[in-house]
Amino acid sequence: MKAFANLYTRLDQTTKTNTKVAELARFFDQANDQDRLWTVAILSHRRPRRTVNTTLLRHWAAELAGIPLWLFEESYHVVGDLSEAIALTLPKALSSNDKGLTYWIEYIKALDKLEEAEKKQRVTDAWMQMDYTERLVFNKFIMGGFRIGVSQKLMVRALAKSTGIDENTLAHRIMGNWTPDKTTFEDLILTKDPLEDVSKPYPFYLAYALEEGPEDLGAPSEWFVERKWDGIRGQLIVRKGELFVWSRGEELVTDKFPEYHPLAEILPDGTVIDGEILPYQDGQPLTFNDLQTRIGRKNITKKILEKAPVVLVAYDLLEWEGEDIRERPMKERRALLEQLLDQTETHGIVLLSERVAFSDWQELEPERQNARQHHSEGLMLKHKNSPYRAGRKKGDWWKWKVDPLTIDAVMIYAQRGHGRRANLYTDFTFAVWDGKTLVPFTKAYSGLTDKEFREITAWVRRNTIDRFGPVRSVEPAHVFEIAFEGIRKSTRHKSGVALRFPRISRWRKDKPLREANTLEDLHQLLTLYEEGA
Amino acid sequence: MQLPMALLEFTNKGIYCPPADVYIDPWRPVDRALITHGHADHSRWGHQHYLCSATAAPVIRYRLGHINLSTVQFGETTTINGVRFSFHPAGHIVGSAQIRVEHKGEIWVASGDYKVAPDGLSEPFEPVRCHTFITESTFGLPVYRWKPQQTVFEEINDWWRQNQAQGKVSVLAAYALGKAQRLLHGIDDSIGPIFTHGAIEKTTQVMRKQGVKLPDTQRITQQYKPDDFEGALVLATPSATGSNWMRRFRSASVGIASGWMALRGTRRRRAADRGFVLSDHADWNELNEAIKATGAERVAVTHGYTNLFARWLRDECGLDAWEADTEYEGESLDKEDAENDNDA
Repeated sequence: MKAFANLYTRLDQTTKTNTKVAELARFFDQANDQDRLWTVAILSHRRPRRTVNTTLLRHWAAELAGIPLWLFEESYHVVGDLSEAIALTLPKALSSNDKGLTYWIEYIKALDKLEEAEKKQRVTDAWMQMDYTERLVFNKFIMGGFRIGVSQKLMVRALAKSTGIDENTLAHRIMGNWTPDKTTFEDLILTKDPLEDVSKPYPFYLAYALEEGPEDLGAPSEWFVERKWDGIRGQLIVRKGELFVWSRGEELVTDKFPEYHPLAEILPDGTVIDGEILPYQDGQPLTFNDLQTRIGRKNITKKILEKAPVVLVAYDLLEWEGEDIRERPMKERRALLEQLLDQTETHGIVLLSERVAFSDWQELEPERQNARQHHSEGLMLKHKNSPYRAGRKKGDWWKWKVDPLTIDAVMIYAQRGHGRRANLYTDFTFAVWDGKTLVPFTKAYSGLTDKEFREITAWVRRNTIDRFGPVRSVEPAHVFEIAFEGIRKSTRHKSGVALRFPRISRWRKDKPLREANTLEDLHQLLTLYEEGA
Repeated sequence: MQLPMALLEFTNKGIYCPPADVYIDPWRPVDRALITHGHADHSRWGHQHYLCSATAAPVIRYRLGHINLSTVQFGETTTINGVRFSFHPAGHIVGSAQIRVEHKGEIWVASGDYKVAPDGLSEPFEPVRCHTFITESTFGLPVYRWKPQQTVFEEINDWWRQNQAQGKVSVLAAYALGKAQRLLHGIDDSIGPIFTHGAIEKTTQVMRKQGVKLPDTQRITQQYKPDDFEGALVLATPSATGSNWMRRFRSASVGIASGWMALRGTRRRRAADRGFVLSDHADWNELNEAIKATGAERVAVTHGYTNLFARWLRDECGLDAWEADTEYEGESLDKEDAENDNDA
């Protein structure tokens, strides 16, 4: 595993994409086929499942290090990463090993059926013949949370560089249900699949955000306006009787959305639709949260399908009767899309993205402001003559998002962050006034700069009133503006509300404590904007 | 937990010795201050009288200007109001001391900042037997364990050579006092030229003047053009590495040498290209070793992971240990930046 641990170190030492790809490509060049295949598996979310629970690992590590469990737990809080905390705490290795990646992964998989005492023996044996980085990587494999700062896409790029095979072809080859013990590098990666050309997607055209209003965009009659939906952008392909669904991350997600499978027969061959994968029920969109519950799942159960069914909201037509029509103007593509959906009974699986009617720009502002009422994120503005471009391009398409809701709140609890921010207080609980008392209503994590985090961390250290494990209660002194995307009633919170995607938008150093918002203000927002109401 | 008749007390001005009426490393202005070493959180402005070790004095004078300062040799005893004080090497930076306080058979040691492993530059740490030991706890958790310094210097040398081969300047961030000189002493100066940030050059000059042997360095000024830095190592203050000051280099790799670099999260947060785990503070093993060697039964734990380390000493080592509130900062990645910016 030395080579893989070395790769890990090198990837960790750089933030540059090209360097990462080069390092990974070099690893692929030098590794044997088994290790290469496992690397592809690991970096495409096909990790072996967890075979030892983390509580046991903590106990064993503390015992081996000769420290009490509480001290190990506190150290873990400071480090912010359990694999790393264990690797840093264990005593020096007794020996070294020259086993490869595959050996250790099989070793970890084989732990699954063993008794606890046997597991402990084997994990301890492994630890005591590994150096720091090997332990770190080994721990991450055991815990199943291996992340290396390399997306599947970058891995595919490195693999393309190493094998000389085109990226999209490789992306196709590694899709689907395979595991390294049921195939080989030769069969999976190097052998041509007869279907691969058929599945090939087009690059997505992405819009920039419109910062100012749309008044400078020219004549309103030149533009289409649609609602911006909060789902997953997707491309749906039907060719040669087969259906393929790609997400914006250029991952093939066909298996994750069985709802679309009938489309293979319903839509004509040679059709590619750009649209939004949107959770939708009873004639209205659900929240992104509902969709999120099924994204990470390997198996899509019946229950999930009932709870968060999806539709495709069709935005654009990229291929028609087998012909790439991306260069044709938007209005032509739109007309063809409308015609297609008009003539085809999709049983509600595909919906046309409705246009927002308007004749001058001023009419759009209230539409944007009211986006929340439609469960949308704002508006999309598309020039009627625009081609379908590749990647994020300025000019022809714009997204014009609704402003977030905001409230000024008082920080009352602080907690250290994890990973990159393990030594800083980055997780805060905020409160609003209810008469003379402060009622907590949300936590928020991101939004400040590293410099501000350091400043507030120094302050927290000096102004702690009480500690509850990793959480500190602090003197109420600082007011922050909290931005959020939505608000719901909640019986679980003392404040009676739950926010969606709350984050710190700025530190209101100018604002005296007493002028922070009140619980009444919060409930007023609830009345105005409650989700699903 | 603290005894009522303590020989040293933690007050809002500093560590106070009532029978002698002196303070150790006070953070508010006092009449008489005994100073362990020259870092800004231990030696502050505004005291009437200063006392420190002879080798710590030049830097303290340089930093604080015209002060009323007396010095003692290591091991030499000074008696004040019947209380015997002596200074013993703390191994933290050149001249850094632990201060031994003895009165009516009771012995306390205030250790300031310390490190046990010799660095070849500072006077090596000397264990001093005592009843009560005041210890720092900057790295008082078992996740902090240093590699031998030789290994770290090899890593730094390799990094420098590699940057050189890629046409990059190696910019290494370090404290102007202590860490910078330790790096100068430890790196392989045959690899290429060494440049220094103004703040570092000044402290280095002060130390050269007192007889500390260090490799040649060139202070960075406007006169140097980007080409002049080809293949060079640049020692810079942590704040300079994040500022416009860096613009003078065409292409640079930034490294940070600090104990905090042991944690991946901190390394990544600092957005440096490389982190080298090198500290002038004791690691977990050294803290425990040092405390054991004093034979002390009572231990006051100051700056760092105070509550956790004190609990460890109480629960697991059977010592009478407590947390003591001070304004010392230990190894902060951002400390000194403010004062050094003026020297650039």
